[in-house]
Amino acid sequence: MQPRLGTVGTARFVWRQLTSMRTALFLLVLLAVGAVPGSVVPQLDVDAAAVVTYREEHPVLAPWLERLGFFDVYASPWFSAIYLLLFVSLVGCVLPRSRQQWTAWRSRPPRTPSRLERLPEHRVVVAAGADPLGRAAAVLRRRRYRVDLRREATEGAGGSDGAATRGSVAAERGHLRETGNLVFHLSLVGLLLALAASGLLSYRAQVIVPVGQGFSNTVARYDRFDPGAWVSAADLLPFAVTLDSLAVEFEEVVGGQLGEPRDFEARVRVDEPGGRAREDVIRVNEPLSAGGTEVYLAGNGYAPVVTVTDAQGVVVYSEPTPFLAQDSAYTSTGVVKVLGAGPGQQLGFTGGLLPTAVIDEEGPRSIFPDKRDPLLLLTGFRGDLGAVNDGLPVNVYELDTTSMEQLTTGEGEPWSVALRPGDAVDLPDGLGTLRFGYPPDVVAASAAAGAPASETEPLPRFAGLTVQHDPGRIPALVFSVLAMAGLVASLFTPRRRVFVRVLSTEGGGARVEVAGLARGEDAGLAQEVDALARALGAGVLAGSASGRAGAPRGGAPPGGHRSRGVAERPQRGRGDLDAQHEHPHRRRDLNQELRT
Amino acid sequence: MNMSESLAATSNVLVYSSMTVYVVAFAAFALDLSGRGRTVPAVRRRAEPKALVGAGAPSRARGGTSEVQDDEALVRRRAAAVGVTTTWLALLLHGAAVVTRGVSAGRVPFGNMYEFTLMGAAVVTAVYCTVLLRRDLRYLGVFVVGPVLLTLGIALSVLYTESAQLVPALQSYWLVIHVSVATVSSALFVIAFSANVLQLVQERRERLVAAGRPPRRGRFMERLPGSVELERAAYRLIAVSFPLWSFTLVAGAIWAERAWGRYWGWDPKEVWTFVIWVVYAAYLHARATRGWDGRRSAYLAIAGFACVLVNWGIVNIFFPGNHSYAGIG
Repeated sequence: MQPRLGTVGTARFVWRQLTSMRTALFLLVLLAVGAVPGSVVPQLDVDAAAVVTYREEHPVLAPWLERLGFFDVYASPWFSAIYLLLFVSLVGCVLPRSRQQWTAWRSRPPRTPSRLERLPEHRVVVAAGADPLGRAAAVLRRRRYRVDLRREATEGAGGSDGAATRGSVAAERGHLRETGNLVFHLSLVGLLLALAASGLLSYRAQVIVPVGQGFSNTVARYDRFDPGAWVSAADLLPFAVTLDSLAVEFEEVVGGQLGEPRDFEARVRVDEPGGRAREDVIRVNEPLSAGGTEVYLAGNGYAPVVTVTDAQGVVVYSEPTPFLAQDSAYTSTGVVKVLGAGPGQQLGFTGGLLPTAVIDEEGPRSIFPDKRDPLLLLTGFRGDLGAVNDGLPVNVYELDTTSMEQLTTGEGEPWSVALRPGDAVDLPDGLGTLRFGYPPDVVAASAAAGAPASETEPLPRFAGLTVQHDPGRIPALVFSVLAMAGLVASLFTPRRRVFVRVLSTEGGGARVEVAGLARGEDAGLAQEVDALARALGAGVLAGSASGRAGAPRGGAPPGGHRSRGVAERPQRGRGDLDAQHEHPHRRRDLNQELRT
Repeated sequence: MNMSESLAATSNVLVYSSMTVYVVAFAAFALDLSGRGRTVPAVRRRAEPKALVGAGAPSRARGGTSEVQDDEALVRRRAAAVGVTTTWLALLLHGAAVVTRGVSAGRVPFGNMYEFTLMGAAVVTAVYCTVLLRRDLRYLGVFVVGPVLLTLGIALSVLYTESAQLVPALQSYWLVIHVSVATVSSALFVIAFSANVLQLVQERRERLVAAGRPPRRGRFMERLPGSVELERAAYRLIAVSFPLWSFTLVAGAIWAERAWGRYWGWDPKEVWTFVIWVVYAAYLHARATRGWDGRRSAYLAIAGFACVLVNWGIVNIFFPGNHSYAGIG
């Protein structure tokens, strides 16, 4: 029969459970396990096309995964629940500890215990000069201890001639450990908020830009635009980028890595409002900063210039048309949509571009990504291209042929052509002509005007650019760095207390005892106490409470005076992290324990 | 054969040489372990080390129990010392292999899975040798050199890739920062894993001994430190490695922001790096939790290491993502 807790009691019980280490541990393990499926099952926000493929390949499993949110793990309710609970638990644990740590920072170090010989490290020395307490305090302050010097009234009249006053020094260090721990955990909260800010306030856009063309930072110009929940089109700062050139390099040494990319470099002109136009370079690891965004070179490919004339010889289409690479040798596919021929008479061409073409029994394909022997393969359709101008999003890289008929030759075979740069063919049924390149008169005029030949290049490259605006990234970085600093402090700061007391002032020098206490594992404590004893004394009289003979000053190896069997270190567990994560109310005050 | 090809070939020869020396080191460390802690009569004990070392035992004429112990201590030191010396030699050859590989391509040698693995194995040995300078972890020799040998074998047989230039995505100084810290951190995890496994074995022995049923097999464990000390050694290694892994994560995020325009995108490699971080964080918390003994937290550390293995061996090759630089297939 359990006692009734009542509402407040139950709430307190649940809160205690939630903020306990066990729960945190459980949630951490759960978080790790919960993150795994997202790396095994394709994710919508990483690769939506892969999700579609996966659904087709796993018709039975996919609906179940769908229901469980496995295609969008990191935004799923259960994953969110895990990390939100974890953070609630973290805050519930860390806030009370922060309050306690604040008090601890401002309070004096604990009083010197009455029986120092019971501490794990203990030495007795004869002080080598005047005022050992003052000197001990100075040494400890230099070693970044918080020091409390308590002098007591001198017994008798020994105080004036340089003899030591009675009293003690209590010092402690290692608050940085707990502070670092708190900074680490609170920085993780900050990091989570920064991530949330990134999700809400950032936008990401993708645009394909053939060499010689450009884009402006407007939603309409982008091929794809993914805004955060709090982003509107008005938030886009106006700037424009023109792509002057795109240099590419591929591995040319014949071997296993032939055709691997080696270098991509885009030269651009940037126009920002209020600023002068400037030239800049975008490379794969070197984005361009403009208008509060970063512009990345995310991909590249070829945009063959296709020129179509109608039956009267009027140019109805003449522009670089991006074909998207399908493999590492840039075998590319694309679509040409010619609206100019009028409704019902629109033309569509679909096909492939091979930068270094080979046609053999395996079919036409490219064997090298650079353009060594380019070939444009096209078939054509006539009819209605569909909703191109309705403002609805249409994939410009797909041709909807449902209301189109395929162009055929006189013999009824499907019409298809293979063109090299500069080639032109007549379209069937007297529809006009199609050319791989700009019209000859345009090329001639451009050359006559002194423009470089690259401006009328029949096979220019395009750059796939990603534009990203993310106000959360700097806070995320700051909190990450803070978290790491806190982590290092919390793992490697030793927590120590050191006490010095004057035992007697008779004779030439005062007898002084020095003692140290570590919290958690601390291999350096003995050295620390030894160093302090050496700094104070002419010679160590006793290494420990067990009364071992004192070694001459400086003669003992570090750690040689370690006391054993007198008092076990009052540590509860094994760990350096001990006591840090326990609920504050359950912590034991070490000093209290020592005084009893 | 041009300069860079001959350098790459030299690198391969050096890898094979270092493997040969590693085998010697492995054998020496194994001998060191096996030659210890026999609870057999003094005479037999004396005969064995002699046979193992092959050199004359100077104390034979003098006899006496203490002499025998000295004799054994001498032998023990010699096997372990041979192990340490040969490990250093192997590290030298192995390091030279990494350097020539890098020089052959004119860049840092972590452009593909083979190079990363070659480099990672060298760092494991380097970290182990560095730790040896400060602490006597010679008992771990077998469990460090063994995995290194295994890793090199896998690198040569499965992962081997021709030396070549970097793809543009990897042309960044972040490659040096991110990958080298990841390698050092992984190396520490490897050694900590060995200590954790030994800790569990030792703990089982200790339980059996306490129950009055000492196990017959695996006597060499008797000369290893107790489970508590093994646990501490593993903890210290992980405590150093965990901040380094955090740095790997953050440096990776910074680089991802430079290269791909987002600092976190749940790429499979990112996911697993995060999973490893969380599991080791759980380990550190478990160690500080009341009611969790060293054994249970060791299981978490071992799970963390399993994730490190998955991240290295499975994610690059089988999960498509932005980190597919393995260069295999």
